Amino acid sequence: MISLSEIDNTVKRASKAVGFSWGIAEEVGKSISLLEMFGLPGLKNLNQYFKAYKNKKFQNVSLISKTNSSKISYCPIISGINFLDQVFTLNEMIEIDFENVAFPILFIPFLSKSSEIVGKKIFLKIDERKYLLNFNHSIFSNHLDRDVLEKAKNVKIVFIENENSFSESEWNELYRLSKETFVDESEELKQTAAGAGLTDND
Amino acid sequence: MEVQLRDPKIVMKLSKLGSFHQSKLSFLRSFLKEFKNWKHKKDLFELDENGHGRAVYSLSQNNRTYSLVCFANHIKDDERSDRVIATKWDTAFTLHDGVPTKKDLDRLYNDVPKQEVGRLSFKELTLSRANKSLRIFNHVVESLSKGKQPDKNKLMEVGYLYRTTAVYGSGKFGLADRFRIKNRDEICGPFRLEMMLVYLVREFTFDQVNHIAKQKNPKKAVALDLDICRNLGIGNSTGLGMAPFIVNHPTLLNNWILAREISLKKIREIENIKDNDFKLFKKILKKSLKNISSWNTDSEFQKKKIFGLLKDMEKLINFINKDFNFKGKYSFNELYLWCEKNLNDECIEYIVSLMMEPYDNIINPLIKKMSSDEEKHFNIPTQKNIENLRNILENNYSEIIKIDFSKKENNQNFWFISKNKEEPRLADRYLDSGSELEQPLAIARDIKILYERISNKKNSLSIGKFLMENNDLRHVVRRAFISENFPYAEIQDNTIGSKLMPIDMLRLKLSFFGAVKFDPRSDKWLRICMFQGAPLLNDLKSLDDEWIYNTLNS
Repeated sequence: MISLSEIDNTVKRASKAVGFSWGIAEEVGKSISLLEMFGLPGLKNLNQYFKAYKNKKFQNVSLISKTNSSKISYCPIISGINFLDQVFTLNEMIEIDFENVAFPILFIPFLSKSSEIVGKKIFLKIDERKYLLNFNHSIFSNHLDRDVLEKAKNVKIVFIENENSFSESEWNELYRLSKETFVDESEELKQTAAGAGLTDND
Repeated sequence: MEVQLRDPKIVMKLSKLGSFHQSKLSFLRSFLKEFKNWKHKKDLFELDENGHGRAVYSLSQNNRTYSLVCFANHIKDDERSDRVIATKWDTAFTLHDGVPTKKDLDRLYNDVPKQEVGRLSFKELTLSRANKSLRIFNHVVESLSKGKQPDKNKLMEVGYLYRTTAVYGSGKFGLADRFRIKNRDEICGPFRLEMMLVYLVREFTFDQVNHIAKQKNPKKAVALDLDICRNLGIGNSTGLGMAPFIVNHPTLLNNWILAREISLKKIREIENIKDNDFKLFKKILKKSLKNISSWNTDSEFQKKKIFGLLKDMEKLINFINKDFNFKGKYSFNELYLWCEKNLNDECIEYIVSLMMEPYDNIINPLIKKMSSDEEKHFNIPTQKNIENLRNILENNYSEIIKIDFSKKENNQNFWFISKNKEEPRLADRYLDSGSELEQPLAIARDIKILYERISNKKNSLSIGKFLMENNDLRHVVRRAFISENFPYAEIQDNTIGSKLMPIDMLRLKLSFFGAVKFDPRSDKWLRICMFQGAPLLNDLKSLDDEWIYNTLNS
């Protein structure tokens, strides 16, 4: 089995070889090994993308807006890096849409890192495929095929506010159960607990 | 009294880093201390009369076992080469995670001897190979088989029976990735598994030489004297492959150097030196004279360094005996300041290492801080602005941005990866081809370009926006922000200049490994020795931490 460290190194060098700068190549190396660690087909997609990259033109978005569309497919690497670099501004927009993204699986690791940086989960929809990116710790998806996805018509990114995924009553039910492990304190013990016997105005 | 940490702009100069010596912080010394109570076993030893076959040695504690799997092969004398381009070796090794099954051993038998062209699995942690020092090995076998011990002087000229030519870890050739094992407490320090492999290999070399001698003359043969064994280490030939490591791992480099600098600062801040502590320092200082005198080299460069070191050590001993009062306040600080004023870097750094010897209480907590979770520091803080970046460059790279890269000599070299062996190499930009495929190791030059590029940018411009148009400099923007929090992360020198001595980069890393007897064979590779003087597996429980200063019969 090829190790993640080998993937990182080889991808970095390959990315430089197709024309990316060393700084971007470093990001791509880490991103593909991250995808592979999460069980997503990073290497496969990158390989196909680099083949296409030699013969086709891709759009390099620079300043990302709320909606981004282009007749020429967006480069998932440059778009991903721009997303990462602008993530604090983009976070304010809450929802961002891209139309026409090449090899969108390669976009995922940059969003996963963005989730970690802003401390929010990110919901990602690549056409019909759904992904929940959890602070760069895990990726939850309804799509587990390991195919190459050459293009996505629509990519939607939503920053999810840090809110509970359960209701207050669900929480209270569980909390009541947890209280069953507590023990009633005697009056004597209450008198000797920390802070006892003092006024709090001393 | 508060002593300041030494200035990174001085400490991180290559000539200074190239004068570092082993210390209590060195990995092979820490490894022995951390593993001294582990159980050891020779699980398998199936060698023929020529010493060829397989063997397994293990270290275990609680539910954890690490096993060294050894393969000793027949190779012709003309096939033996220390160069990285070699394809056959006398022995090949891997450190296996757990106890290898028969199936594992058969798998490893096929792949371990092939080294770089073999494939390992996530169950293997490190990989290495070693060649005999033929004249020493044969001399030892001959002597032992005749019932005699070998000539100690001959042995001490070399210092080992075998030398390794590479030790690989961290996911190379399919080995386990660091993330799989990074939470194991016993190996949280840097390079512990590499040290374990080399240490167990040393044990194998003694068992093998004894075995061959016994097979040769079963009635007369004697075993190699244990004192002699203790004073033999494992040699290593190291070249440029090691140099880029210290550029490519800035936070790790910082943590190594910072541990050393904090140690020195804390020792200089001790108000009253205890009698026993100063006695220990003096004892080791004297032992060192004998030890250093045993460092042999044909390199004029190194001979000068050793000669200068010995001369300076004598000067220091004279000063201590005649004019120095260690009972005064902050006497290690006084001594250090005297060294800075009167001695050369080679000796100053040797004394810095020696000063650590009495102070386990200072050193041990720092040993635990020498690793780095590098991924945590990879992201560029793109919300910061050009003013932040400019301040970092002007403060942390002030010497670097003064270098004039329009001068040919400052641009003389370039680093590349060799097609033949996929190893880093250095070439002359004006004579050799391939500079268009230069590796991103010319940090000083690229930092200078970055500084010039931001000169006309608004202070308020965010780094995220700056990078949109300047991603060609992304690698150094990342480094600059790393250096903001890691003051010793960056070499404060030009790594492509005509005056570059690549072995300074090797020497820095090797000193943290704990290597001794630096023996440069050119300005691009050198031989060293590891674990010479170290206790054998059977002595490990009663480890004497001064072992590294021992010489035979001392």
